[in-house]
Amino acid sequence: MGSENLSLWQTFTRGIWKENPVAYQVLGICSALAVTVQMQTALVMAVALTLVTGSSNLIISILRERIPPTIRIIVELAVIASLVIVTDEILKAFFYDISKQLSVFVGLIITNCIVLGRAEAFALANPPIPSLMDGLGNGLGYGVILMIVAFIRELMGAGTVFGVQLIPQWLFDAGYTNMGIMVLAPGAFFVIGLLVWVKNSLPGVSHEEKTGQ
Amino acid sequence: MKTLKTLFEKLDPHFRSGGALFRFFGIYQATRTFFFLPSPVNRSAPHVRDHLDVKRFMSFVILALIPVTLFGMYNVGYQYYSALSGVDDAGFFQIFSRGASQVLPIILVSYGVGFFWEILFATIRGHEVTEGLLVTGLLFPLTLPPTIPLWQVAAGISFGIVIGKEIFGGTGRNLLNPALTARAFIFFSYPASISGNGVWMVMPPEVSSMDITGGVQTEALGGIQMNVLNEAHMDAMSGATALALGQDTGYIEATLEQAGFTLKTLFFGLHPGSIGETSTLLCFLGAIFLMFTRVASYRIILGGVAGVVATSLILNLLPGPQGTWFAAGPLYHLCSGGFALGISYMATDPVSAPGTDVGRWIYGFLIGFLTVLIRAVNPAYVEGVMLAILFMNLFSPFIDHVTVKVMVSKRIPNV
Repeated sequence: MGSENLSLWQTFTRGIWKENPVAYQVLGICSALAVTVQMQTALVMAVALTLVTGSSNLIISILRERIPPTIRIIVELAVIASLVIVTDEILKAFFYDISKQLSVFVGLIITNCIVLGRAEAFALANPPIPSLMDGLGNGLGYGVILMIVAFIRELMGAGTVFGVQLIPQWLFDAGYTNMGIMVLAPGAFFVIGLLVWVKNSLPGVSHEEKTGQ
Repeated sequence: MKTLKTLFEKLDPHFRSGGALFRFFGIYQATRTFFFLPSPVNRSAPHVRDHLDVKRFMSFVILALIPVTLFGMYNVGYQYYSALSGVDDAGFFQIFSRGASQVLPIILVSYGVGFFWEILFATIRGHEVTEGLLVTGLLFPLTLPPTIPLWQVAAGISFGIVIGKEIFGGTGRNLLNPALTARAFIFFSYPASISGNGVWMVMPPEVSSMDITGGVQTEALGGIQMNVLNEAHMDAMSGATALALGQDTGYIEATLEQAGFTLKTLFFGLHPGSIGETSTLLCFLGAIFLMFTRVASYRIILGGVAGVVATSLILNLLPGPQGTWFAAGPLYHLCSGGFALGISYMATDPVSAPGTDVGRWIYGFLIGFLTVLIRAVNPAYVEGVMLAILFMNLFSPFIDHVTVKVMVSKRIPNV
């Protein structure tokens, strides 16, 4: 996980594609299941998490020389929790409806493995600017997966995208019905699983090929 | 046949390793073994065991399913004409062909889409197209109501083959029964077309346009005659399955009898339901054939029957609502719904069932137990066989594990 010789750009894109937190590290699955029924909530969640991960990485990286290793988790959590509370308050102030829909999941960003994982694995060992890029990249990687999953789930489960009816009425009249399983949590599992499958079967991506097994 | 054989011999080198069409070896192999014997046959003594391969295994299951399928077609037609109250006027072939015209497209879609996925995966992965699909592709339609839209059949079988089977590595490696996985997908995705009272029989258009849910329709023609006609129709053709019935008062047997579900009807199968599930008699005859040829494990089937009998007897003895399936005795539980179909053909799927003999008894018994429990206690699902079998499929590796551990611990140490 070291940052040796990686350009800032590589640090940034690595989190989006190659080591995508959901599809490669399989972190943050819980909220990926919960908020992806609609595109709108998924988008807000993606933005919130990207900002939190980026700024927590930045702050922790600035503090990294001063944090005693024995109590580092509690310090990291204090930073993350403050940022999450700020995010939550902003959402409540400006996007009250969406904040209601997201309910506890904004608060649960505190326990999201991605944020703490990046802080532990990257920010504690790297200078502030690469840490910021790493945090933003991982947050965006999470957000991209979230948006894809939410797009598929909302389109198939409700026939809409961002609340706009996309599947025409004549198709419903012809006997088409929404796929109920997409609204349920198992639907998200299937979609994420299939996405990981697709990603891994692209040439040069799969773990087996890389490790030569 | 001779020309066919020479044709295959001519084509053979192209598909072998190094040939131009090697990529499509799976398709070639499947086509050839469809016509000719596939693989080694024991030709010299000692004949310790005969060569029971997947092909013969699966053909036996297909053979056992044929009567069920044919009867399913007849029953769909029978329900159609009895809704018209013209079942006595219609001849056997008229009834049968009406049913077949409804059921055959479902089976064809199921096979067609299923083979598409199977061949796709076989071609990409370079393995043979296996015969497991022949059974899955027929079993899945048999678990569906006859009114199911064809595109949902296609979606269901795609899910069943890809998620239920291919992601685990194909036939022989699946954790769940693919046919039931496909049905579960339809069940949770499109509940309107697979549950409720309106889907279990094909209604003639002139009848289904009437109000059949119980309201008396007066505007259509007015007059007393129409009302009487409606009421007479209503009981006979509400279209509900036996399992959907049951009230808070009265006795379940009386309720069923009033709705036309005597034990005899349930046993022989001329009542609304999924295409293949109605005839308990034919399902169990097929099961006996499979047990006799040792294709299906008798331990699973008998265990399942024992599970149903024991559980329903216990529930029957407990104080509970007399008017619901809670109080229905073992015979009603055995004969109604899809239990006979499920335990005979799906629970006995050798891949997803346990491999130890003791494990099979436990597995079968628990399927029976869970089936009755879901039917009697859970108000959300009137039928429990599908969920019971899928649930136990997941547990079968665990059952095997525990059984082997217990056996090993009982062994007397050699030292």
